[in-house]
Order: sequence, then C-alpha cells, then structure tokens
Amino acid sequence: MSVNIFIPGDSGAVAVGADRLADQMAEAIKTRGLDAEIIRNGSRGLYWLEPMIEVETDRGRVAYGPVKSSDLNGLLDAGLLEGGDHPLALGLTEDIPFLKRQTRLTFARCGVTDPLSLKDYRAHGGLTGLETALGMSPGAIVAQVTESGLRGRGGAGFPTGIKWKTVLEAEGAQKYIICNADEGDSGTFADRMIMEGDPFVLIEGMIIAGIATGATKGYVYLRSEYPHAIRVMNRAVEIGRAHGMLGASVLGSDYAFDMEIRVGAGAYVCGEETALLESLEGRRGIVRAKPPLPAHKGFLGRPTVVNNVISLASVPIIMDKGADFYRDFGMGRSRGTIPVQIAGNVKQGGLFEAAFGMTLGELVDDIAGGTATGRPVKAVQVGGPLGAYFPRALFDTPFDYEAFAAKDGLIGHAGIVVFDDSADMLKQARFAFEFCAVESCGKCTPCRIGSTRGVETVDKIRAGDEPEAQVTLMTDLCNTMKFGSLCALGGFTPYPVMSALTHFPEDFRPASMTQAAE
Amino acid sequence: MEHRHVDTDVAAKTEAIVGRLKALEGPLLPILHDVQEEFGHVPQAALPVIAEGLNLSRAEVHGVVSFYHDYRDQPAGRHVIKLCRAEACQSMGGDDIAERLLELLGIDWHETSSDGAVTVEPVYCLGLCACAPAAMVDGDVIGRFDADAAASLAKAVRT
Repeated sequence: MSVNIFIPGDSGAVAVGADRLADQMAEAIKTRGLDAEIIRNGSRGLYWLEPMIEVETDRGRVAYGPVKSSDLNGLLDAGLLEGGDHPLALGLTEDIPFLKRQTRLTFARCGVTDPLSLKDYRAHGGLTGLETALGMSPGAIVAQVTESGLRGRGGAGFPTGIKWKTVLEAEGAQKYIICNADEGDSGTFADRMIMEGDPFVLIEGMIIAGIATGATKGYVYLRSEYPHAIRVMNRAVEIGRAHGMLGASVLGSDYAFDMEIRVGAGAYVCGEETALLESLEGRRGIVRAKPPLPAHKGFLGRPTVVNNVISLASVPIIMDKGADFYRDFGMGRSRGTIPVQIAGNVKQGGLFEAAFGMTLGELVDDIAGGTATGRPVKAVQVGGPLGAYFPRALFDTPFDYEAFAAKDGLIGHAGIVVFDDSADMLKQARFAFEFCAVESCGKCTPCRIGSTRGVETVDKIRAGDEPEAQVTLMTDLCNTMKFGSLCALGGFTPYPVMSALTHFPEDFRPASMTQAAE
Repeated sequence: MEHRHVDTDVAAKTEAIVGRLKALEGPLLPILHDVQEEFGHVPQAALPVIAEGLNLSRAEVHGVVSFYHDYRDQPAGRHVIKLCRAEACQSMGGDDIAERLLELLGIDWHETSSDGAVTVEPVYCLGLCACAPAAMVDGDVIGRFDADAAASLAKAVRT
C-alpha cells in the first residue's frame, strides 16, 4: 500500500527549505523505488520544527523535524516510511505537547489535509456547516452566529452576528461579503496559515455569510506580501466553482454566491476596513469617516460585511456544531477559541489555538519555552505594531478582550512578539512612530504629522536634549493621537509608545543620566 | 525616436490590459498590478491610457500609483530583495543583519546597485514571524535569515 508522506507547502515551511526537501524526497522515491506519495499539506504551526515531515502509519501520523536536506537519506535508511526511530523523530504528531494542549476548532484541518483537495476537506468535516446553513433561514443563521459569541478576530472584537444582522436588514439589490486578508501586523500569520493550509474553510465561511445576509458576491482583499496564499486561494476558488460550491447554485441550492481574490499593494492602512473598501474600489487607501457604516454603505456604496479571515473561517464550525458548542469555550465576553501566534525571540514559535483565558505568562514561558536566545524575557508586544508592550509583571493577564483593555493593551489579531533583555524600548517606541509615519494614509493630522513629530521627540530624548520635557511632550502627543485620529493607525500608535514608557521608564533616560544615577 | 517607440508600445500593451480588466468592480488596482507585471514598473506613459480607459483624470491615477508602496516608477534591479523590518524580525536581530547586507551591497534602502543587479526594499511583515528574521528574494521566501545567509545572498545576486 502506498504510504503518504506529508511535507508542508506553507510558506513558513518553504522559507526554511520545505520545497527543496519535497523535490529531494520525490527523487529518492524514484531512485529507491518506494511506494509512497508526497502530499503538500499546510503547516501544523510548529514552526521551530519546520520543515516537519509526517508519515502516515498504522499507529497514526508520525512526525520528524526540523529536517534538513542532508538528513533525508538517513531518515529513509532508518525506516521513515514505517515511522522508524531517528534522532529527528518526534513521535505521533498528535502527541507533541505544543499541539496536544491546543483546542483546534478553526484550525482543525490545517496541516492535516491537502489544502486543495475538496474530497479531503469533506472527509474531515468540511461543508457540513454550509449544508446546515442551507437548510436554515438567513435570520436563523445570523442568530446562531450571534449566540456563539463570535467577535471580530481582526482586532476590533465587534460581535460578528450583529454586523451580519445590520447587513441582512439593510436594503440593497447587491450586497457584498468582503474578507479582510490584509494581515499586516507583525507577529501575526494565522490568516496566512489558514489561507495556505485550509482555504476552503474561508470560502465556506464567506458563502455562509452571503446566505445569512443576502450577499451574492464576495471579495478577499489579500496582501501582496503573501504570494503563496494568493496562489492557493485563487486555485481554491477555481476548484470551488468547478465543484458547484461557488456559482449560481451553491451545492445545488437556490442560493448564488461567487467570489474573487483581490491583491493589495503594500499599504498597511488598507487593513482598516474603510481604507480597504477605498482600495478595493480603486482609490488611494484613505480612511473614510464613519458613519455611514460599511454595513449600510460599504463597497461601491452598497451594504457590505467586512470580516477578518479568522472570523469567517470560524463560522463553518459554529454552523456545524452549534452556537453552544463554540460559546462553551472561553471566558467572560470572549467566547470560543483564539489562534494565538507566538513569534519573535522564542524557543517554540508557532500557532497555538486555545480557548480564551490562557495567561500571557503561560503562553510565553510554558508554551513558547522562553526566548530562543536563552536570555530573560524583557517585553512582549501583543496585537501587532499598534499593540502594547507587556512586562513580566503583567504576565498574569488572561487572553480576553476586556482583560487586555483593562491593562491598556489590546489582543488585536492575537500575535505576540517576544523580546529578550537586549531590547531597547526607546528604540521600539521610535519604531512605532516611524511605522505610523510610513504607513499613515495622511487624511488626519494627528496621525500624519504626529507620527513624524513623535520620531523627532524620541530622537531628542536619545540625544539627551531636555529629556524630561520631551517625555512630557511625547505623552501629550500620544494623547492627541489617541483621541484625535480617525482610525486605529494613529489612534493606537500610542499603545506601544506609552506602554514602553510606562513599563520601561529606565530606557527613556539618556545614557549619561543613567550612568550618573549609577 | 526610440523613446516615442517605447511609449507607443507601453500604450498599446496598457490598452490591452485595461480592455481585459475594466469590467471588474474596482478595476484600477488589478490593472496597475498587471501593468507592473508587464513592464517591471508603472511607466508614466501608461497613466493617460489607464485614465482614459476608466474615465478618470490622470491626476487620480497618479494619486493611486503614488499611494501604494508596491508600485514602482522605474524598473527595479535584476533581483529584488525585500527585508522585513517589523518587530518580530527586530526581536531576532533583523536590524543588524539588514545593515550588514546593505553594507555588503553598498546601497541603502529603496536603492538599486549601480550595476543594476539588485534592489533592496523594506517590507513590514511577511507573516514568517515564527521563523524570523525573514526576507523575500525575487518572490521566494527565506526564514531564519542570518548573517551567513546575508553574505551568500550578497554574493549570489552579483553573479
């Protein structure tokens, strides 16, 4: 019987040599005359082990990693195809602690299946959510999503069901489902992983959103920095059309839904929903004032749902298993699971999907195993470039929208970036302003001008030019940006800056003063 | 003479792209992507053709082209290196490696080497944050981009 060998095609695995490995494996299968087939799966999200090869055995899937090209022959000699022992053997994939401790709902299939096999997708529970939805009224679908407690996973945390209800009730001959796949936050890669590893779950979620709100057309606005994801999504849409998942009659029903993949052009601000709509319409990605809400006047002025990739990809399981099933995970008003992306200076970086409520400390010390450099953790930035830096003193903060807000931070898209004690928090504060200056759309003054003035102020602190007065000025500037900016870019840049100042004030004193104090 | 010939060629090819894509809802970005794919940058001569095809002013089209980081107004080097400068890569020493690579190549951010071999651009996140620092070379992704990788890349783009 032919043995299945899994070598991820995920770009995180490809970046560390998975393509080369797959080529070599194909060659070895030929020269050794092996009865085996290579499947390019998504990534399991255990990136420190990538490229991670898995082999299907009677006992289950056995993993090996990280595998270098030079390891391949040794692995085959050790009986890779039978799950043989080897220094790189990790045992049964499902038993790897990092994976075993997770609750994979949204990412249930990611890394398990062939991303572009609709047959695989169905065999692993795909399409059942859509089939359930096809037998329900739009209002009932919206109610189920509302009851599940699902909130926008892009960062804002707005209840998904409420947004859908607004679009369902809006009048309009043409409505749209727009998936925000402009995942620009550093430290985040959940959207990329799901689009590369299980694209049909996103398509299924968008179709369900379409049925629920009366929208028949969908767009995925996908950032250009993700060429692999663009290829996989385009291919998945073609396959979906060819198999009647998309088109004039979704799975043979009376519902029509079709979609297109649109590629961004390198503007971070287009991750903001109104700038995204402008961009999709073919204009500069300038933020729109709200109201009107996109739900009323969105794409081309028509009623539009704009949801993040993970929000939409979580919908199929909610329709399949029910609102209660999903809502029973989590804490407080944060229900269900959140795919936390552990990144930066960590021993074990990757995707960790778990119910809301895990503390930051558990994730950093326990799950990630501390820093890659082996030095003490100094700060953890949670929620991307607009998220706050957390010191160890706040590691008891649980992953929960409200708990993070209470500590002057945000979950954002749930990326966490770990820094060791060599980090210079003044430099990080400067970077936050600099990034805002580079990416500002320019519409509102606090963001456009404030960011540049912020960089200058930080430079003066660094130079020891009246540092105390500059810190006061920077604090005041942050206050203006926070309350005077039109969107989260200018409005949230103060989070990294002020958290760096609040928790690491020693880094904001010029070197001469620090030395004098010692 | 030569110049005018090139402009005519740009206009003809751009017109074909516009014709193929203008029925899309919001066709401008897809058109600009294809124009850049065709010419390696968005030539000035393409702008009036796009403007006319979409019933926009030339200023509007220029405004869009200049807004987005991806669109170039002149061709890049034979190789394009994008280095991630965002936080996750910073935490793994990405800044130092970027400095080192720029030094080896003798250019600064956004610049093309005088022999036309290579352009280096910053990028803010490639989504490879768990195998940082990250880079992209001619569309291929590279993770765990260390000083050795930078040195061999600097050599490779010159040969």
